[in-house]
Amino acid sequence: MTGAAKYTEDVSVEGALHAVFVRSFMAHARIGDIDFGSAVGMPGVVGVFGAGDLDLGPENSDEVPDVFARPMLANETVRFVGEPIAVVVADTLAEAMDAAALVLVDYDPLPVVVDPEEALARGAPLLFPEHGSNVAVERNFTSRAPREREPEVVVTGRFLNQRLSAVPMETNGALAVPDPDTGGLKMWIPCQAPHWMSREISKALGLEEKQVHVVAPAVGGGFGAKIATYPEQIVVAAIAHRLGRPVRYLEARSESMVAMTQGRGQVQHVRLGATKEGMITDLEVTNIADQGAYPGEGSSLSTLTRQMASGVYRIPYIHYRTFCVATNTTPTFAYRGAGRPEAAALIERAMDMLAQELLMDPVELRRKNFIPKEAFPYKTASRARYDIGDYEATLDKALEMAGYEKLRKQQQERRAAGDVKQLGIGLSCYVELTGFGTDSSTVEVHEDGSVSATTGTSPHGQGHETAWAQLVSARLNIPHERVQIVHSDTRLTAKGDGTMGSRSLQIGGSAVHGASVGVLEKAKLLASHLFEVSVEDIVQHDDGRFGIAGVPDSVVGWGELASAASDPARLPEGMDPGLSAKDKFGYDDNTMSYPFGAHIAVAEVDTETGQVKLLRHIAVDDCGRILNPMLVEGQVHGGVAQGVAQALFEEVVYDEDGNPLNANLASYDMPTAAELINFETAHTETPSPLNPLGAKGIGESGTIGSTPAVQNAVIDAVNHLGVRHIDMPLKPERVWRAIRRTAG
Amino acid sequence: MANKTISVTVNGGSKTSEVEPRRLLVHWIREALGLTGTHVGCDTSSCGACTVLLDGTPVKSCTMFAVQADGRRVTTVEGLQQDGKLHPIQEGFKEEHGLQCGFCTPGMMLMGAALLEENPDPSEDDVRWAISGNLCRCTGYQNIVKSVQWAAKRAASEQPGAHA
Repeated sequence: MTGAAKYTEDVSVEGALHAVFVRSFMAHARIGDIDFGSAVGMPGVVGVFGAGDLDLGPENSDEVPDVFARPMLANETVRFVGEPIAVVVADTLAEAMDAAALVLVDYDPLPVVVDPEEALARGAPLLFPEHGSNVAVERNFTSRAPREREPEVVVTGRFLNQRLSAVPMETNGALAVPDPDTGGLKMWIPCQAPHWMSREISKALGLEEKQVHVVAPAVGGGFGAKIATYPEQIVVAAIAHRLGRPVRYLEARSESMVAMTQGRGQVQHVRLGATKEGMITDLEVTNIADQGAYPGEGSSLSTLTRQMASGVYRIPYIHYRTFCVATNTTPTFAYRGAGRPEAAALIERAMDMLAQELLMDPVELRRKNFIPKEAFPYKTASRARYDIGDYEATLDKALEMAGYEKLRKQQQERRAAGDVKQLGIGLSCYVELTGFGTDSSTVEVHEDGSVSATTGTSPHGQGHETAWAQLVSARLNIPHERVQIVHSDTRLTAKGDGTMGSRSLQIGGSAVHGASVGVLEKAKLLASHLFEVSVEDIVQHDDGRFGIAGVPDSVVGWGELASAASDPARLPEGMDPGLSAKDKFGYDDNTMSYPFGAHIAVAEVDTETGQVKLLRHIAVDDCGRILNPMLVEGQVHGGVAQGVAQALFEEVVYDEDGNPLNANLASYDMPTAAELINFETAHTETPSPLNPLGAKGIGESGTIGSTPAVQNAVIDAVNHLGVRHIDMPLKPERVWRAIRRTAG
Repeated sequence: MANKTISVTVNGGSKTSEVEPRRLLVHWIREALGLTGTHVGCDTSSCGACTVLLDGTPVKSCTMFAVQADGRRVTTVEGLQQDGKLHPIQEGFKEEHGLQCGFCTPGMMLMGAALLEENPDPSEDDVRWAISGNLCRCTGYQNIVKSVQWAAKRAASEQPGAHA
């Protein structure tokens, strides 16, 4: 706020060299000679490195066969535009850029495949010919229970869940500084999980994990694209380690738009069956998930889509096929929602089509099929175990806020009048899953009466410093200004899985809670020892100090207790020194929480131009017990904005040769303030039984809930003209064409 | 081309230095002056993270050469605070949770401050339009708009003769 926050690029290190990557401008080619000749002799150049020069192995993933492993620098073959081939290291950035432009790469072009459905076809160009097909993983899923009854009504659709760029405002980069004390490195990396970075980089360099000390300083947004440990970051670490000199790199935005993992990218063939009364009988899906050039960890996300495909409905029978496919495009991975928005879009779009087919109000159809609140915990046919839910409550609240009946009436009036500008009302009732992994915390009270708490989460705008301080302050009755939250530094924090997947409060926060409770118990025990009374007689006064019930004169404060705790002579038998406690909290897959909600979008569509105007967006989200309403609001606003952006504006576009056509912020169409509106938000609170805070994730709910509501609203505005479906993003041309097709 | 000596008033203080003519204003501010609150978020003049005020008018400092600022007055985010007191726009962002990751914030605040100089009582639409050259990925803009409007109210209440 004062400009004092230090992002990676703001960390100043004397003598740091600058690395600039030479990236492929072909989407698929065999690499011939790489001529470093004239680059090497350029002023300031310290080194030029190619695939063979750094002794770095490729990156494997358990999700896919080893053949898909990605080399750190391309050797022999390049598979997407932007793939790094070589790297130039020089004294200044300008010198490195100038020299990088002189590295000459011989390309022998290979046939390109960009479209994931085409990549499936027989005879398609193969990215990894030795694998024999572009399908990295194929999964066939059928629910355990057999089909109960045959559908009387069936709707089918092919839905594109388009590829998106995450666009955190700060691009990727890294700064690696050799650490003579450990023989390893200290690194500053804009990332979401510093401990993961440390693990991956140390593994790649053959170092011990503790030799790679990673700090995530101020991080300018992540949204999933700063989870992966990127080849560029490993290469920069390897060069710093080899040269014994600090090395840094920072992506320009147009580099970042091709180098950073992208999100979504699914083609969904959907068939939803129901009875004439609108009771769903079955769902069949074939999902083609575009993994980009190097299928890897991202291949797991389509499993989440399958798991959540049942949405908020009782669906007796589900059959689901998934193909994770390689294409000559930037690799895909998590982007806010990561597999779950695709599921919500799939089922919510199909529900609207079914309602249209049955001539039933979409609200009524949803109500008929909701999993009732008495049914939890509920196991879906797609094998998710929902902890708790009250879907009807969020829908009721959203309908009331929207004034649903009145909106339908206005819609009817405009339809009857044949207005050029038609009104659409779109619903989305969603459920998602949050809270994987484990986290630890150590809470310690110091002799000055202040307290510090470590966390393995790694906030970059979510406000954990505030929320975690609130937790500690409330448990210990120490003012929150005196609480320090220690995070994002692998040397200062216990291991944790960072910040992603809307996990932080329910996992990291629960660990902080547990450690705080531990400290409070220890403090009471210590006070009872000092006062020579039983622990049951110890009370904590309103001012935070401890005393003996009914004896107002004997009091001891936090600072004094901390001093006593550091003096072995004053400790009771068996108590460890230090007024601190640790806790670890973690879930397994069966105990993740399932936030839910109902969103309603109201859109106006100009039937002559296809122009869409979002008039209102109502979001009712249930993330369990709310700790800090302001932070929750912030998460919902940002999430809804990104969800609206997918529905209306954003899409990564490649031409048939695999050239990215909008890989910069001038043409990507990320919305500004002028394209968005104020969102109307509210909450219901259904605490999760699975953690002591009753919390569920909120970081991605807005994104998951909003996209189908907006898409449904636009289609709802024109479905009386015979339009059944329009793919996202709902840009004027696409909407106009859909109207023309049916009208013509 | 030969280097050129420039003299710029930055956040109220005079700064003189020799610069390469091709040096962008944002790089001069960040590297020569060490004022790293001005950020670079793109390479197409689209994101506005590098916004500074030039003689009171917001400009994208990635789209100007440092030599073009010679003899002029530049305000960066570090210059918003006066005598240790936050500018109303900074208070607004704090009160209304107008920032999350903070990367776009300096640019947004300078746009907001410039808007309030021109229009002390902006409507929601006025604010949305004014900041539409600056991108934010975290907030959905809603609380940024509220922050600017909060600052407008605060500034109005601080005017001499205004009722606090």
